[in-house]
Amino acid sequence: MAIEVRIPTILRSHTGGAKAVQASGDTLATLIDDLDSQHSGIKGRLVTDEGALHRFVNVYVNDEDVRFTGALDTAVKDGDSVTILPAVAGG
Amino acid sequence: MLTIDGPTYDAIVAHARRDHPDEACGVVAGPVGADRPVRFIPMLNAARSPTFYEFDSTDLLRLYREMDDRDEEPAVIYHSHTATEAYPSRTDIAYAGEPGAHYVLVSTRDPVDIEFRSFRISDGAVTEEPVTVIDTAG
Repeated sequence: MAIEVRIPTILRSHTGGAKAVQASGDTLATLIDDLDSQHSGIKGRLVTDEGALHRFVNVYVNDEDVRFTGALDTAVKDGDSVTILPAVAGG
Repeated sequence: MLTIDGPTYDAIVAHARRDHPDEACGVVAGPVGADRPVRFIPMLNAARSPTFYEFDSTDLLRLYREMDDRDEEPAVIYHSHTATEAYPSRTDIAYAGEPGAHYVLVSTRDPVDIEFRSFRISDGAVTEEPVTVIDTAG
């Protein structure tokens, strides 16, 4: 088993058009590293150079916004479902 | 070009007027690939601000789930500017995450005249497009 990651339209250029991909890890950070090893460049769209999640994306683990569950330190396990969405925001 | 029906156009303008002086925001969903905005979905501005808007993160997840289940996509993403022109701000451009959507900007800075403009925003580039309002009764 693995963790299903749902990919938003704007990042599907990294996944060959796939809407959902599989990855593994025990935290969101290691999951994103694994994702990036399979889909090069995707990490840079999610994580800043300083190592924090981009303000422009929302990441959910099993429907919980990870901003409220420890951000990149959020624990994940096989069978979890991760959803990435672009924030809809502006000025 | 953005083609939108009269009642949806009116609903966007009414939402912008109602929330003034805070920014209003929402989506008009349409069938995937059809470029046809049909389902008006006003959203709460979680920032409740005259200078910023943001969909609440829980609402955002629910919205995308629902569109996914219905084979829809956000054909239009709209928000209002309440003191400035209906043109994407730097923040709007930085956040724009749906290159396939029409970004509609409405300005409510004038109490009588409304500005309603539409843009594509892709990779930081803004392209204005004409707006055609169609009479659905026809």
